[in-house]
Amino acid sequence: MSARLEIERVEAAYSGTRVLKGVSLDVAPGEFVALLGSSGCGKTTLLRCVSGFVPVAGGAVRMGGRDITHAPPDKREMAMVFQSYALWPHMTVAQNVGYGLRLRGVARAAIAERVAATLAMLKLDGLGERNVTQLSGGQRQRVALGRALAIDPQILLLDEPLSNLDARIREDVRHEIKALQRRLGITTIHVTHDREEAMVMADRIVILDAGQIAQAGPPEEVYNRPVSPFVASFMGANNVVRLDAAMSGGRVRIAAGPHNRETDLTAAGPLEGPVVAHFRSEAARLGVIDEDAVDNALALDGRIVQAAYPGGFWRYAVAVGDRQFLVDDARKLDVGLPARIVLPADALHFFSASEA
Amino acid sequence: MKWILRAAVLASIVFFVLGPLANLAIWSVAEQWFWPHRLPSQWGFRFWEVVFRPTGRAMEALWLSIWIALLTTAVCLAVSIPAGYALARGRLPWRPVVMLVFLLPQAFPNLPVYINIARIFFEFDLNGTVAGVVMVHAVHGLVFSVWIATAAFAAVDPELEQAARNMGASGPRTFFEVTLPLALPGIVASAIFVFLESLDEFTGSYFVGAPEIRTLPLLLYSAGAGGNIQIAAISALILLVPSILFMLLVERFLKGEVLAKMGR
Repeated sequence: MSARLEIERVEAAYSGTRVLKGVSLDVAPGEFVALLGSSGCGKTTLLRCVSGFVPVAGGAVRMGGRDITHAPPDKREMAMVFQSYALWPHMTVAQNVGYGLRLRGVARAAIAERVAATLAMLKLDGLGERNVTQLSGGQRQRVALGRALAIDPQILLLDEPLSNLDARIREDVRHEIKALQRRLGITTIHVTHDREEAMVMADRIVILDAGQIAQAGPPEEVYNRPVSPFVASFMGANNVVRLDAAMSGGRVRIAAGPHNRETDLTAAGPLEGPVVAHFRSEAARLGVIDEDAVDNALALDGRIVQAAYPGGFWRYAVAVGDRQFLVDDARKLDVGLPARIVLPADALHFFSASEA
Repeated sequence: MKWILRAAVLASIVFFVLGPLANLAIWSVAEQWFWPHRLPSQWGFRFWEVVFRPTGRAMEALWLSIWIALLTTAVCLAVSIPAGYALARGRLPWRPVVMLVFLLPQAFPNLPVYINIARIFFEFDLNGTVAGVVMVHAVHGLVFSVWIATAAFAAVDPELEQAARNMGASGPRTFFEVTLPLALPGIVASAIFVFLESLDEFTGSYFVGAPEIRTLPLLLYSAGAGGNIQIAAISALILLVPSILFMLLVERFLKGEVLAKMGR
């Protein structure tokens, strides 16, 4: 059983500072939504408004049509997995997982059965009698998840549950949690600052910036069609070029500059005057200076100033005028060589300079 | 050279700690011990028999001391558990001031404080009553119990409480099933401290309680002052027993993370 969650123009403040400035979000039953943002953007506050730990200063929260804006946290039928896991050290694994059921007055035998099933589902068989302090980080994380799932919650809230795990385990756990959520069909809200984690796990990504939603949509949409310079940078397109643009016969004409020629590009317009273009290192290519300009691509002339090998490809810092860009290329090139950054039209995200 | 120094330090510790205790033990079984003899000339348990005689004043004083100590501990816990929780969670305005108020009785010299308390208690007919002595002991004990309880509650991660609320536990249920069990080692330690402090307390008991209330330390004092060194030595040894037992308990209960939060 899972419920629809409606967040309507929710506002929250900590000691006078407005942390949420009217956030509206509708989460469908069974949907997996990731709240993504840097620290201080309000994502954790929003989750805590939903779970009832932070008072809502304005707006409303509804679950399955019921207004729970001011309901106490124990009357919400939501289960939360905390970043610290928040397992009770004076209880065993089984007592931790069964606590919610005990509160609901479930019979002892039924609790034992449910706990055993939950532990088996999370591959924690045989650890029921252990003290939680004896478990590894990954095991604790699964006990915390088990405690949340044991009560069959209407909504599952995940507060950066993977950030305390080793990078290697994290990859696996992402997929495990996603698969589990799919199978159980629980409405889930996941808070994270990890872009890749959000992309891999969520049906929909909601990017928060300074207490407001910057963009919300499916992962591929947020990734490929960022609506603002902030979202573009946050989603990894953090090389920024300043250009002058004008419309010319349905295409965008980039004016010639000190490091680029005049170029016509197919891009979503209309664009006039000073613009900024964001691009990802992996979407750019390196060409040799004398090569002719590639069709429908912007070329920037510069010089390689640094090279690194992160694995699978080379990453070069290319100086263009007084700015530096990071560009990936499969070839090994020498530092000091003149190089041309070739940017196909679909690699560039244009924004009017006044937005930046 | 090094081991000589080490041996000297160890020997002096043994001398200064065990020396007086050995002296007490010898006095407790000395029936006759006059100068210039190095050791008692006549040994025996006659004075132990006097002290432990069912009609003896020493046993009466011991039971009264324990009764007062238990009452004092109860009063202190009744104040320090709610106060410590409120102070630890920082929901009180004027938090530093409140913490300071509990520390205040320790900041002034004991004697003038107790003499003034005795004068005030005289107005309310509290002098020479168990209630009066318990109140004096409690003022003293609250310093420990409130500060230790505050540290014990502060050491409980608020997210552990939030997790219980999230699972559906009411506020009071969360307190009794999560917060209190986790803070219990610190609370127990503070209770033991208060109990021991009350058991040993002399100055306050003397000014507020004497002569009607005769606790074991008061008996020890009058026995010692009256030349009954054997009785005084035996009383002192009796007083040592709970102290040592409880100190061993405290050492097991009071963990480093609780101590680290002291005074926050």
